[in-house]
Amino acid sequence: MDVLLDNLDLYGPFFWTTIKLFLISAVASLIFGTFLAGLRVSPVPVFRAVGTAYVTLLRNTPLTLVFVFLVFAYPLLEILELSYFVAAVVALTLYTSAFICEVVRSGINTVPVGQAEAARALGLGFGQILGQIVLPQAIRSVVPPLMSMLIALLKNTTIAAGFSVAEAGAIRQYLSERGDNQLIGLLWVALGFIILVAVLSLIQRSLEKRWSVAR
Amino acid sequence: MKIRTLAAGLLVGALTLTACGKEGTPADSAGDTGANAAALPTYTVAQNVDVPGSATFAKIKGAGKLTIGVKDDQPGLGSKNATNGEFEGFDIEIAKLVAAGLGFDKSQITFTTVDSAAREAAITNGNVDYYVGTYTITDKRKTQVSFAGPYFMAGQDLLVRADDTSIAGPETLKGKKVCSVTGSTPIQRVRDQQLTEPENIVEFQKYSQCVDKLLTKEVDAVTTDDAILKGFAAQDPDNLKVVGKTFSQEPYGIGLNLNDSALRNKVDDLLQAAIDDGTWQKIYDATLGKSGSAAQPPAIQRY
Repeated sequence: MDVLLDNLDLYGPFFWTTIKLFLISAVASLIFGTFLAGLRVSPVPVFRAVGTAYVTLLRNTPLTLVFVFLVFAYPLLEILELSYFVAAVVALTLYTSAFICEVVRSGINTVPVGQAEAARALGLGFGQILGQIVLPQAIRSVVPPLMSMLIALLKNTTIAAGFSVAEAGAIRQYLSERGDNQLIGLLWVALGFIILVAVLSLIQRSLEKRWSVAR
Repeated sequence: MKIRTLAAGLLVGALTLTACGKEGTPADSAGDTGANAAALPTYTVAQNVDVPGSATFAKIKGAGKLTIGVKDDQPGLGSKNATNGEFEGFDIEIAKLVAAGLGFDKSQITFTTVDSAAREAAITNGNVDYYVGTYTITDKRKTQVSFAGPYFMAGQDLLVRADDTSIAGPETLKGKKVCSVTGSTPIQRVRDQQLTEPENIVEFQKYSQCVDKLLTKEVDAVTTDDAILKGFAAQDPDNLKVVGKTFSQEPYGIGLNLNDSALRNKVDDLLQAAIDDGTWQKIYDATLGKSGSAAQPPAIQRY
């Protein structure tokens, strides 16, 4: 308990940074991942190819490498200066989106083809079919894997500690320099993550209940 | 044949570079001849050593080998030579000196790289028998490990680009981007004393990453102990300089298992002997002393 109380000035702001990092990256990855899924099921071959290439590339690249590229290589190009927090959000979003895309696409595959065909018969365009008919049903059916991806994202935020973002993953190094017991410090960090994951699980459960479809 | 020419060319190049680095360094020790200004001392391996009551010593004596935790990314202090894989620097020499005093020669030592945040665990779990790597003695750390020494007295300082005259000390850091290792004492001091704005604090895993960012002008100063900074400045004197105004006291100790006061006393004796007979000074001159600044041996604090 002492380790936590003595270092509340660390745990508070650092976990808050973790939460901000998670929330912004989560929203961005959900949007970008869904967009990628749209690309992968679009009728235009070039779009499909771009979506597939992106997912293949990012799913095969370790997250740390994405970070290294954004923090150490990208600035040398001198395009647009990113703060380290923004760089972390971008890295997490680029990486997580590839996985979200595949989750959403698997959801799209659960929607019977007849639905899209019927919509097309009514004269709806691709955008309308996807946005109003297919995606709403697809997302409902993939709530559990989607939440798993978000939980993975939450834990992945700790990698940002190595790239100049003071979040929960950096607490251990601070404790080490302060001379506090790191093992106990880490247990508190773990507890913090358990609480955050528990919140996500609760959201998952309530969404599943609300969106459950009788088939 | 081509390879041999290339190797010869590289060697000549390296020698020229070393000579350049030496320029302006005062030849302080008499009897210096040749390019190698200060050669590293050799240490006599003690025979029939016994440290009664030391669990660590009993273990290493039984095993016949010694594992020493060090750092590998701090030029002049503890760094791994990229060409031959050997560890070198002031801390490494101190580690060898202590090893020799305990009766172990170079071939019986294994150097292991241990990052700052993993030091206590490595010592407590017995992964390393002792640790020599810019380990500042603090009262709080004394509750987890014990310290012999100090074997060196460092102080927090700033490394800046050689052409930067706007930073002259800690009070001139406002509005400047300052980099150090994640969670390290120096960066916590910068944060606590509000030497710069929170958004200008940059933290990476290694000092070398900060120095890279300094050279590409993404940060304006790297802060940590002057000993570490001098090592980097000595490597690249054309582009980097140490401000030279220390604003803290960082006594470096040798980290030992918490309950091993017998070994701690023994290591203190060995350090004291090295300070008294001039070996300490020789080690300094051959390593950190190459940066051109002098240093006094510290006073051993026994507890």
